[in-house]
Amino acid sequence: MVLDLNVSIREKDSVPIIDLEGEIDVYTYPKLSDALKLVFEQYPITKNIIINLSLVRYIDSTGLGVIANGANQLSKLSEGNVNIINATPQIRKIFDVSGLISANFNLFDNEEIALSNLNNNNS
Amino acid sequence: MTEPINVELSVPSLSDYVGVARLTASGVANRMKFTHEDIEDIKIAVSEACTNAVQYAYGDNIGNITLTFSIFETHLEIKVSDQGLGFNIEDKPDSASDPEKIGLGLGIVFMKSLMDTVDYQSSEGKGTVVTMTKKVPPARTSL
Repeated sequence: MVLDLNVSIREKDSVPIIDLEGEIDVYTYPKLSDALKLVFEQYPITKNIIINLSLVRYIDSTGLGVIANGANQLSKLSEGNVNIINATPQIRKIFDVSGLISANFNLFDNEEIALSNLNNNNS
Repeated sequence: MTEPINVELSVPSLSDYVGVARLTASGVANRMKFTHEDIEDIKIAVSEACTNAVQYAYGDNIGNITLTFSIFETHLEIKVSDQGLGFNIEDKPDSASDPEKIGLGLGIVFMKSLMDTVDYQSSEGKGTVVTMTKKVPPARTSL
């Protein structure tokens, strides 16, 4: 069982994608926070960031706090959106309970659907 | 009521050990034949209670967080306690001053949403005890 968090950043269709693997809690959330800061530095005018949770088995309020904070920052920087993909049913439930889903905070089933929606909205 | 079986764990109030508490909660809940979804709910509730203690109970110092899992035939009772600063539940930290520290407000929302009952006892200077319960689904009730 992975109790740590591995983070990597890539790009597809000019959209930065943060791939996460492991658990996001009070111990590991600084890694996600650092990744978001790096993306904001490298893509200062991006309209979208994708966060891939396909290998994330656990997230709690601290992880959601970082993502919500990232969405707020992106909204101020570029009126952009944070897009979550591949969330497990349990993690979707946590997002629902949190009430954090907002106008600039989207959930998509997978990367293909997310990029298709983002490209359509930008065209 | 039959006496419960108790499992106790003490961890330092360091973020490194919240995962240890979560794993223990998962193991205990698994023994009680909770559903997978219930086990995930219990893990989050325990993690949130411990996170609050890590972030707020002892200020800049390190203390202990004690978890007691009481296994009843019909339900699991979990006490998460510290001997820290305590706080007034009405005076939640201002999340606007540190947007990443939304833990306390949202943590309590999660605990209340995911467990059947949640009770908070805290007083300044005397620490905090969070008591939570989760019922075992009727068809699965057995030790």
